[in-house]
Amino acid sequence: MTTPNDAGPRETTEGPVYTVTGGDWDEIASAARQADDERIIVNMGPQHPSTHGVLRLILEIDGETVTEARCGIGYLHTGIEKNLEFRTWTQGTTFVTRMDYLTPFFNETAYCLAVEKLLGIEGEVPDRASVVRVMLMELNRISSHLVAIATGGMELGATTIMIYGFRDRELVLDIFELITGLRMNHAYVRPGGLAQDLPPGAVDQVREFVKKMRRNLPEYDKLATGNPIFKGRMQDVGYLDLTGCMALGATGPILRSAGLPHDLRKAQPYCGYDTYDFEVPTADTCDAYGRFLIRLEEMRESLRIVEQCLDRLQPGPVMVADKKIAWPAQLALGPDGLGNSLDHIKKIMGTSMEALIHHFKLVTEGFRVPPGQAYTAVESPKGELGVHVVSDGGTRPYRVHFRDPSFTNLQAMAAMCEGGQVADVIVAVASIDPVMGGVDR
Amino acid sequence: MSEPNPKNSNPKNSDSEGPDAKGSKPKGPTTNGSKAKAAEAKAPDAAGAAPKAADGATAANAANGVNPDKEAAAQNLPGQRLDHGEVIGVRHGMFGPDAGGDTTGYGRLVRTVRLPGQATRPYGGWFDEVADELEGALEEQGLVPENAIEKTVVDRDELTFHIAREHLPRVARTLRDDPALRFELCTGVSGVHLPGDKGRELHAVYHLRSITHNRLIRLEVGVPDDDRHLPSIVDVYPTNDWHERETYDFFGLVFDGHPALTRIMMPDDWQGFPQRKDYPLGGIPVEYKGAQIPAPDQRRSYS
Repeated sequence: MTTPNDAGPRETTEGPVYTVTGGDWDEIASAARQADDERIIVNMGPQHPSTHGVLRLILEIDGETVTEARCGIGYLHTGIEKNLEFRTWTQGTTFVTRMDYLTPFFNETAYCLAVEKLLGIEGEVPDRASVVRVMLMELNRISSHLVAIATGGMELGATTIMIYGFRDRELVLDIFELITGLRMNHAYVRPGGLAQDLPPGAVDQVREFVKKMRRNLPEYDKLATGNPIFKGRMQDVGYLDLTGCMALGATGPILRSAGLPHDLRKAQPYCGYDTYDFEVPTADTCDAYGRFLIRLEEMRESLRIVEQCLDRLQPGPVMVADKKIAWPAQLALGPDGLGNSLDHIKKIMGTSMEALIHHFKLVTEGFRVPPGQAYTAVESPKGELGVHVVSDGGTRPYRVHFRDPSFTNLQAMAAMCEGGQVADVIVAVASIDPVMGGVDR
Repeated sequence: MSEPNPKNSNPKNSDSEGPDAKGSKPKGPTTNGSKAKAAEAKAPDAAGAAPKAADGATAANAANGVNPDKEAAAQNLPGQRLDHGEVIGVRHGMFGPDAGGDTTGYGRLVRTVRLPGQATRPYGGWFDEVADELEGALEEQGLVPENAIEKTVVDRDELTFHIAREHLPRVARTLRDDPALRFELCTGVSGVHLPGDKGRELHAVYHLRSITHNRLIRLEVGVPDDDRHLPSIVDVYPTNDWHERETYDFFGLVFDGHPALTRIMMPDDWQGFPQRKDYPLGGIPVEYKGAQIPAPDQRRSYS
């Protein structure tokens, strides 16, 4: 019954190796029964629907119990940090937005805050730019949490919650598309401000979304929060207490599910977060269920922040006034997509030679950033997203390192899963909410 | 660095360079005052490194006919910094590659690249408190703080301790456990390859966060490229397990004492360490609208 893809049992120095391709359970089960060794090592992934992308879990199991669990990562490593060293500081946003592809605005903002710190222009970023950044980040927090809840539910077999989650996430992505032109990988936040101002109709659509989301959020409560099956699968699963969190560097919902209300938006405010009114939800259960409740609650708080952003949006510039840093382009939607507006091109090509030179220099060469290093951190939906940038005074980043929360939190997988059941591994990993684009970068 | 008279010892320094001058490169006995005395007590390599590197840069500049350190006009050069920090390189001309074709007339431009240098007391804010506590706690353990802390840099509102690698685990443990310090959370280690920083080409940079006191500091350890070993701090901060593997994977920094220092991102049999500056980016030319666009690391770059 073996197909060409199915290698069949192979003898190795570690014992026989079976490749499971589906539909061959009888064969595997009988082989396992005959084996004199109780110890079985299961390779889950990297191509497995319930491992959140290309994550490989290596589980040593004894019956249904996981005795040892390890992660194999790196399958999605794309060398973004290395690539950044060969692009200008502004082009960097195009790369970092692709790291954790579910939280693009957090990557962009964290990176831009770091570049702004190196440039010493944190205070000059216009208010409107900061408010829009906060608004987009909070909308992004909602979309990221929705995916976490949706995929987490799907892995439990709760496909309804998956449909709900992706339905509502689509509303957020529509807003992103309206504002930035793209559903993902926006490169909208730039060092010094934003690529361009909000388009007409954006504020109305966001208001509409907040209204709609207020109606939809209780559905998750009704569907899952009190659901006995859901609770049975999630409670006391993926347990990690405060000591474990601190030792393993786990932040975000994992840390807050252990009862510590640590949130960088409150502790080390950036983008003016200290002026917004919101709560930091916590739980004391240290388990996957607590993390689910925190994500749900955080979405409500995010809606509150988004509303406050809408209320305080004042007309004004969205880029620093310094023309040596501010990107000179004025983008407009043309027949071939988003590009420089024809008016701007007409002006620089036809009337102002200086503007043309300036445009050319800034776009091809970029701006110089004084030598030194900076570390900025934002509270991404997954935890502390830290950016360490080093400049040697050139027009390109000398070194950029992202401390991605998914990467750090995923280390906790072993601590959460060992000693538990195989089925609980899925729940525990889902409660970490790792995104491999961020883990592997 | 003992506590007496940090401020009144060098009034000249602050007079001549303004209140925000953080420089400490010894220019002469007058500006340096008691600082020079403190430097004598320091480890010899720490005291000697900065002036030596600066001399090398001066020689390079002199050969090109421009000396940014001496000529007043040089202050108008772009990217010039007035504080005399650690020299990590010298830039020539306007465009990066030596392929010629620089018709701008800026071909003889020479600029020295300096990272922010040693800060002088007071560091400002809670920085002094942390520095005092750390020095005190190290002294209590019978360690001379000057031996462990090679240099303290304050730049862009961030506090950086440059730590001698052999003392890193002790310093990290002290920072984590001392009640007045309590840096409970390590956000991992980031490598930086600075081929121009002779004798400490590879840097390991740690950011420590104290949730108790709501503070963030940076530790930096510089090691030479031909002996790229430094102790692991996984037993102090278990979170650094993967981070140290990543830094090993990309920079070849060997963290002695790590439980299983293997590659984490790159395939196990990969050769070389991709994030080092001597490792090429790779890539092939791509045709776009009829033109050949060279690979990113082959394109014209600007120094």
